[in-house]
Amino acid sequence: MRLTCPLCGPRDRREFYYYGHEDYLQRPGPDAGPEAWDDHLHLRDNIAGEVRDLWYHETGCAQWLVVTRNTVTHEILSTELVADRKKKGVRA
Amino acid sequence: MRILGKGQIDRNRPVSFRFDGKSYQGYQGDTVASALLANDVRLMGRSFKYHRPRGVLTAGSEEPNALLEVVGATNQTPNVRATMQEIFDGLNTQSQNRFPSLSFDFMGVNDLLSQFLSAGFYYKTFMWPRAFWEKLYEPVIRRAAGLGRLSGKHDEGHYEKAYAFCDLLVIGSGPAGLAAALTAARAGADVILAEEDRELGGRLLADEPDLDGAPARDWVSSTEAELRSLPNVRVMTRTTVTGAYDNGTFGALERVGLHTPARADLPRECFWRIAAKRAVLAAGALERPIAFPMNDRPGIMLAGAVRSYLNRWGVTAGKRVTIFANNDGARQTARQLMAAGVEVAAILDSRTDATAIEDCPVYLGARVTDTSGRLGLRSISGAHVGGNFQIETDCLAMSGGWNPTVNLTCHLNGRPRWNVDIAAFVPSEGVVPGLSVAGSANGDFTTHACLAAGQAAAIEALAEIGVTAAAVPLPRAEGVPYAIQPLWLVEGKGRAWLDFANDVTSKDVKLSAQEGFTSVEHMKRYTTQGMAPDQGKSSNVAALAVLADATGRGIPETGTTTYRPPFTPVSIAAMGAGGRAMGFAPQRFTTSDQASRDRHAPMIEAGLWYRPSYFPKPGEKTWRESCDREVNMVRSAVGVSDVSTLGKIDIQGKDAARFLDLVYTNTFSNLPIGRVRYGLMLREDGLVLDDGTTARLDENHFLMTTTTAAAGLVMRHLDFIHQTHCADWDLRLISVTESWAQFAVAGPKARALLNAVLDAPLGDFPFMACGETQVGGVKGRLFRISFSGEEGYEVAVPSRYGESLFRDLVAKAEAMGGGPYGMEALNVLRIEKGFITHAEIHGRTTAFDIGMEKMVSPKKDCIGKAMAARPGMVGEEREQLVGLRLAQETKAFGGAHLFTQGAEVERETSQGYVTSVCWSPMFGATLAMGFLKNGRARHGEKIRIVDHLRDLDLLAEVCDPVFHDPKGEKLRA
Repeated sequence: MRLTCPLCGPRDRREFYYYGHEDYLQRPGPDAGPEAWDDHLHLRDNIAGEVRDLWYHETGCAQWLVVTRNTVTHEILSTELVADRKKKGVRA
Repeated sequence: MRILGKGQIDRNRPVSFRFDGKSYQGYQGDTVASALLANDVRLMGRSFKYHRPRGVLTAGSEEPNALLEVVGATNQTPNVRATMQEIFDGLNTQSQNRFPSLSFDFMGVNDLLSQFLSAGFYYKTFMWPRAFWEKLYEPVIRRAAGLGRLSGKHDEGHYEKAYAFCDLLVIGSGPAGLAAALTAARAGADVILAEEDRELGGRLLADEPDLDGAPARDWVSSTEAELRSLPNVRVMTRTTVTGAYDNGTFGALERVGLHTPARADLPRECFWRIAAKRAVLAAGALERPIAFPMNDRPGIMLAGAVRSYLNRWGVTAGKRVTIFANNDGARQTARQLMAAGVEVAAILDSRTDATAIEDCPVYLGARVTDTSGRLGLRSISGAHVGGNFQIETDCLAMSGGWNPTVNLTCHLNGRPRWNVDIAAFVPSEGVVPGLSVAGSANGDFTTHACLAAGQAAAIEALAEIGVTAAAVPLPRAEGVPYAIQPLWLVEGKGRAWLDFANDVTSKDVKLSAQEGFTSVEHMKRYTTQGMAPDQGKSSNVAALAVLADATGRGIPETGTTTYRPPFTPVSIAAMGAGGRAMGFAPQRFTTSDQASRDRHAPMIEAGLWYRPSYFPKPGEKTWRESCDREVNMVRSAVGVSDVSTLGKIDIQGKDAARFLDLVYTNTFSNLPIGRVRYGLMLREDGLVLDDGTTARLDENHFLMTTTTAAAGLVMRHLDFIHQTHCADWDLRLISVTESWAQFAVAGPKARALLNAVLDAPLGDFPFMACGETQVGGVKGRLFRISFSGEEGYEVAVPSRYGESLFRDLVAKAEAMGGGPYGMEALNVLRIEKGFITHAEIHGRTTAFDIGMEKMVSPKKDCIGKAMAARPGMVGEEREQLVGLRLAQETKAFGGAHLFTQGAEVERETSQGYVTSVCWSPMFGATLAMGFLKNGRARHGEKIRIVDHLRDLDLLAEVCDPVFHDPKGEKLRA
């Protein structure tokens, strides 16, 4: 498997650390309550098809990426920097 | 027998090798199989289950029968295919799965018992008693039915792994592969041409068709010469592409040094990962046998293999050859043998409508119904419309048709489709993104079609990546269509083998269907069809045809089993090249490493780092003696220890302080410049992630330290927080762990030692101060922090000065009655002081558990704060950090469980557990740390420590974890 890092180009999967679904970017507020926090930390959909998940280019540029890929076909549809979302004003 | 004038072996270079203790001669270019056949050796192995005598069936990597052990000086490689092992002077091989010898094998008795050893035999027979399976049945069965054996020693051979990248990977170098590679090469694309054989050409070598009216070998040679002359082409022979993986990645095994005596400059094998923008699969096709009664005797071979041995190695597999086939292709074998002067006894063509015009007897509508010859074929019985007949023959060349080598197209879940015209599976299109199939692998069985398809595939593939390739002139070649009439099984009295390697007969497949295992995947597992090292390459299709027949379905409905990587066996040694012994993990060394080893310090692993365990002095016999001395030395004089392995993260920017407030539970924005603060970091789920000190070097410049164990983890965590939550802040982070060498100087004489080393004496430098310093003209940093409980400093210099500073510090310390101390002493010192490590913050403890809940600031949010307050994370029911004290010396009991005196010792009654233990020379007692239910309220209680692993049952006093200097007076001295 190969991922195209927006900064480093196409790289082998072994350079990356996998985290999980991009849901983890939506951090609840401090007072959101235990259910919201439980959901944020522990509950994920197990999607067959297109998913967006987080990868860390650990042995490369140390950037976190959102990778859009298909878990059925293994196609990588897009990769983007997590940091760019915040800079563009996407609510984290 | 060798045929004069045939074959491409080098007759000027004789080679001698050994097989089963006997010396044989072959020529440069021979494989073990071709050389043995040339020496009239037909018996090369014993079958897996029935121990039937077997000879070579094929001339390629799909060989199921002729598996050997290759004996090297330091290693023994089992299950080597005689068809793939090239001979060289000194090569030593032996047959396997036989006792005492290949021609007389005691286990041949299995063959007589074959009535009882059919499919499912083990499942039905060795059911009970249950315990017998592991102790008795399995070991006995494994000995009786098996493959080759390893030497039992470490494989000291050298293996490699490597990466390669290309525009176009061409898999196979037959007519299709060569045409594809040549077309792409001339277009200037980066091409890798991978060929499993030792030379290019594929079936052009084995079949010797004419190209442009000349021998095919001429065109192969000129094409190879051109490809090898081009800088954009890498030609890889002896390289099997073993798997297709995601995003254009392919695995390939190169047999680099297996064809020569061991050479220091050649690895045995290299495992390649090839990242290809596009790939053309031109892997050709594999011939399949026909299942007829007693079809497994040495001398019964595939017709295409007989042709290969004749044309490539100048060997005839028999003096009087018979052909049995259901297609036109095998006629070539007869014609070429006769042209070479070999007698062809007859052609048995199963078709009634095929031509009977050949220079030898032809039986149409014919079948082989039986064979004879215990250690090699002597005669066959046949039947045709005219009646029964018998033929004396020592070689039967059979052909049940050809299977396109679809394997790689199925590695990403693709399913091949059935093509009625050629009675074989062909690849479905587009099942491996970026991979197209050309030539025989796609079901095109003429040389002309292969050349054209290879070229077209290359042009199309390159167009997809923006490279324009032009058609190159291709040689004229034959285009006679291939005609076949399916014949899978000849019914008869004797057993008819499908899978030679795993001894699966047509009877086993029918039994499987009869017992309800009608799905092809169930049949496979019930009969073990296709589960041998050859993975059923030549037998799977025939087996499922027999299954289809037995279940009354067609072949397309029956389907095929799943083809999985690797295409051919890959040694673990090659895949894991470099990973044995010290190569298992990277090694990280501190700048003081050599200085520590010079002092004979045993090094222990701390993550990937190596750190000194202790520094033995003359006369010290045990580690404890050295450790006790080093502890006393720090407490009474001064000690020096390399602490560079702790993670160091440089944090800068206007928002750096704000960031620290977010990631630490406590506040850092109010930390004055020139001061250090202890910080506690939580995971978002509220459990402790790490702890450490962070120094404020300037208004917008901090230096964070992490524990050695969590350095990488914390960096990843901080990068995540930064990039997800505050990418728009003015903030930069970078790991500087390896940029600085840092040494702890601890003890009552620490200040004196520093004054002896630093360029200027220390002025007022209180506990938790930090600042710049200078050592021998080199700018460094000084921190007043302590992990020992003594007055302590850490001095840091750029790494290149680390060794020099360490040696200087140690020499000067020794002049003051101090010296270096290792990890053992460091651990004792920190336990005496009650400082925690990852033994305590092991991922299940909260700030409350370690008594630091007050460090979670109520005034601000921080990572983990919300979840740290959830129910169950604080309270009496939780196990809390305590100290444990025993008067006696005892074995260390880390991991032991704690029980209330008088209570039952059961898992359910455990009150907690021990995390750290040491003998404290200062207190003359065994000190420990651990977690105890409601522990802070139980100081003074006597608690029972039970360690089942070390057989200990002790009584300890529960106390505060800080044993030494609880008020911190020494720290602040």
